[in-house]
Amino acid sequence: MTTLLLSLPVALPLLAALLAVAAARQAAGLAMATGFLVLGLSVWLAFEVAALGPITIALGGWEAPLGIVLRADGLGAGFLVVSAMVMAVVLVAAQPSFEDQGQESRAGFAFWPLALLLFAGLNTAFLSRDLFNLFVALELLTLSAIALVAIGGKADAVTAALRYMVFALLGSVLFLLGAALAYAAHATLDIGLLSQVEPGWPMAAALALMTMGLAIKTALFPFHAWLPPAHAGAPAPASAMLSALVPKASFVILLRLWFDLAPELASPLLLAVLGGLGAVAVIHGSLLAIGQDRLKLIIAYSTVAQLGYLFLVFPLAGGAGAAQPWSAGAWTAASFHAFAHMLAKASMFLAAGLFLRAVGHDRLEGLRGLARAMPIACFAFGLSAISLMGLPLSGGFTAKYLLLTSAFASGQWGWGLVLVAGGLLAAIYLFRPLNLMFSKEGAAASLTPVPRWEQVLPLLLALAAVLLGLFSAGPFAFLQIGRPGAAAEGLLP
Amino acid sequence: MTAVLPVLILATSLVPALLIFWLPERAWRARAWLNLGGAAVKILLVVFLMVEVANGVTHEARLDLAPGLYLLLRVDALTLLFVSLSAFLWLMTTIYAIAYLGEGPNLSRFFGFFSLCVAATTGLALAGTLITFFIFFELLTLTTWPLVVHKENAKSVKAGRLYLAYSLPGSAALLVAIIWLESATGPVIFAEPGDLRVLSDASLMAIFALFALGVGVKAALFPLHGWLPEAMAAPAPVSALLHAVAVVKAGAFGIVRLIYDVYGIALTAELGVGLPLALLAAFTILWGSLRALQQTEVKKRLAFSTVSQVSYIVLGAALAGPYAVIGGLVHLVHQGLMKITLFFCAGLYDERAGITRIDQLDGIGRRMPLTSICFTIGAMGMIGIPPVAGFVSKFYLGLGGLQAGEPWVVGVLAASALLNAGYFLPMLYRIWFGVASVDAPAADERSPGMLVPAVATAAASLAAGLFAGAAISPLAWASLIAAGYLP
Repeated sequence: MTTLLLSLPVALPLLAALLAVAAARQAAGLAMATGFLVLGLSVWLAFEVAALGPITIALGGWEAPLGIVLRADGLGAGFLVVSAMVMAVVLVAAQPSFEDQGQESRAGFAFWPLALLLFAGLNTAFLSRDLFNLFVALELLTLSAIALVAIGGKADAVTAALRYMVFALLGSVLFLLGAALAYAAHATLDIGLLSQVEPGWPMAAALALMTMGLAIKTALFPFHAWLPPAHAGAPAPASAMLSALVPKASFVILLRLWFDLAPELASPLLLAVLGGLGAVAVIHGSLLAIGQDRLKLIIAYSTVAQLGYLFLVFPLAGGAGAAQPWSAGAWTAASFHAFAHMLAKASMFLAAGLFLRAVGHDRLEGLRGLARAMPIACFAFGLSAISLMGLPLSGGFTAKYLLLTSAFASGQWGWGLVLVAGGLLAAIYLFRPLNLMFSKEGAAASLTPVPRWEQVLPLLLALAAVLLGLFSAGPFAFLQIGRPGAAAEGLLP
Repeated sequence: MTAVLPVLILATSLVPALLIFWLPERAWRARAWLNLGGAAVKILLVVFLMVEVANGVTHEARLDLAPGLYLLLRVDALTLLFVSLSAFLWLMTTIYAIAYLGEGPNLSRFFGFFSLCVAATTGLALAGTLITFFIFFELLTLTTWPLVVHKENAKSVKAGRLYLAYSLPGSAALLVAIIWLESATGPVIFAEPGDLRVLSDASLMAIFALFALGVGVKAALFPLHGWLPEAMAAPAPVSALLHAVAVVKAGAFGIVRLIYDVYGIALTAELGVGLPLALLAAFTILWGSLRALQQTEVKKRLAFSTVSQVSYIVLGAALAGPYAVIGGLVHLVHQGLMKITLFFCAGLYDERAGITRIDQLDGIGRRMPLTSICFTIGAMGMIGIPPVAGFVSKFYLGLGGLQAGEPWVVGVLAASALLNAGYFLPMLYRIWFGVASVDAPAADERSPGMLVPAVATAAASLAAGLFAGAAISPLAWASLIAAGYLP
């Protein structure tokens, strides 16, 4: 049973993608069904993991290093569940934009298989323990993501997609080189086996290459230039997947490399560099978001900033810090932050898509008076904003609290100040659209009506982001399952 | 000891709020019943809990979020002082708001956030740990913002932006202060905060300052008060709630918690942080009054008067002598009752007679006698004329100043009373002895929904002063709380 539970989240979307090409007419229904089916399976798997601990399976009965190993620990299963939640809602939300075009248009035909391939790549990245498999997963993910950016066919979007491709290919090459180096030195690609060998310089070089590749794919400063145009240029449901889900795959792999594969190689300098780049991303991304005049660009730059927070986990919990009492909090906070961002950012992009449809463009001025015209979508936007700003009660707040506490407890105040400053800057760029929604003077007279049920979809995701903050004890404990190294005790008595 | 009651008392505001959001605009009857029903149940619960607390029974509820992070709701005497005030005034303001807003647009949104705002205030009062306090403090900011911008015009949106521009950095300072403290001591539970001495004196002083800065924004301490007069752009019931219970009181309440339940009187005195805060409060008292004197609009004058009056509470808390504590705590209630009366009346003048400026008040006393009597009671209380409640607060504060060896406090109080008289008496003179100009618009009081709350709160301000010696007066309750804090 567990074999099926682990392999189906990978296999089902792949299969559905093939079918969606064959039966284009039923593609939308097929994709939505797959979304909910995988969500159900992921939740089931999570319950199994909670009951049994980490579950490892060898596909076809071949153990590593010969066969392929899938492993669901708290981290992997957690990401699996949250991304399936986002995916299921986004696929439903995509239906009005992409279904009515049927098989006549390229966008309507291509969207569903691409989204499903992306889904498969994502799930593989969360569950796989094999560097080559992870590479394949990343490729699948990135290529379908690039295609989704260009799917509208507009010149801007195609340019953005091309730029994305250049960065992504560079990232892939670096990652592949690193994996090859590791294989040459130790004759295995399995993370579990690699973590047991005595790491020498080839491993250090391999990790350096892979880290750089993954940093590019996660859009870490200064490799972030591709992200805003790509995420803002894609159609809203695609933006939601790209911003919320895609960078998380490479981040999870980074976590596995530095906390699982070779934590002993994480020198203080390296950790400080990763954290420092993250901190710069937080400030830089937020400042750029403040300067934007289009809603989708604001949200996209916000992603650059929010991804920066994730990298604070390296100085706060990495290396020698992993044995410290505060590391459990910081390590878990990174996942919490990722979850909250996945839910809130997807919600925000979906809401932005609805605003765009109602107004006809996504310049900020168009938002005037929308609080009255589209109350539910605006409420969803507001709730997501609360989580992104790290205000209580939300998943974003729990993450921020845990990161702040570990920053202070470990005496690394600087990171704490970055967190606080990032929250305030987020308030500046997020309350700008919110303020406009509440000023009805000069509002557009005619809006294209948007059905109520479509407005409820982003609200569901936003509520999930908030509820993550209210019920964080369970997820916190869940994320400790199979946590590499270090004592699992809490931060403070 | 049960976990049900604290949750229930929070739910009396929270549940109506969540339901109201989904009601259609037309369903004003259902909205009214949900609000009034919640408020009525809440008042019953408060009365029951008062008996429990007086008998020494504690109620608390706990929700774990992450290791070291949990929500703790706990009922103590100080909680009830604040909750009872908010429950009573919520009921009054709801009645008033239903009449005031009539059938305007976006009412489900308005009443939803209105109840959420009260829920946040209740949670703040119930908070048993610093982080719980912070969470509700922040929720209060977020739920009042849609109320401030409710009118959706340029002025209210600007006011909303200013409110956030002050509040959010304030909250950031507060969060840093709390986490700095907790990263050394573990979660701080009120009244049993653990040993703060693990931190150096300098750190403790810095944390105290950051904390005071954070809550000082809400308490409108000089120079952090700039948002409050602008927030007058909100509808009258919102101003009433903001000035009497919700926002400014949350700030003052935070200061009381900080000094008495986190640092404790002994440590505050040892660090010498009480006196600077008292001096700042004293300055704010005078500054607010001086600015009030310069205003020509009724609501603006009342707003600056709030800046001044709320600092009495901070002053009392910071002096930390027995009488001063009582004076500060009781003013938390008294100022709420009197100020809400004044705002109710200002709203009535505006709605029923079109009066917004002070020079339009001439002769209104004859045309709107009940409103004007209520306004007069509130104003006399603010000045500190017996037997209205304000006198009791000022008397105790003055005694407290002498007792704490700070005789200048009496001077500040006297000067402030003079200034208060300086800006309230001309208004009263115009109301009762002025002659209405011939082209003054028609005025009447035919709005029972707005008048009854004003009369009720005015009567309560009078009763709180007249029967201050009774066993169930705010004064008696404040003395009970103070007795618990003092060595």
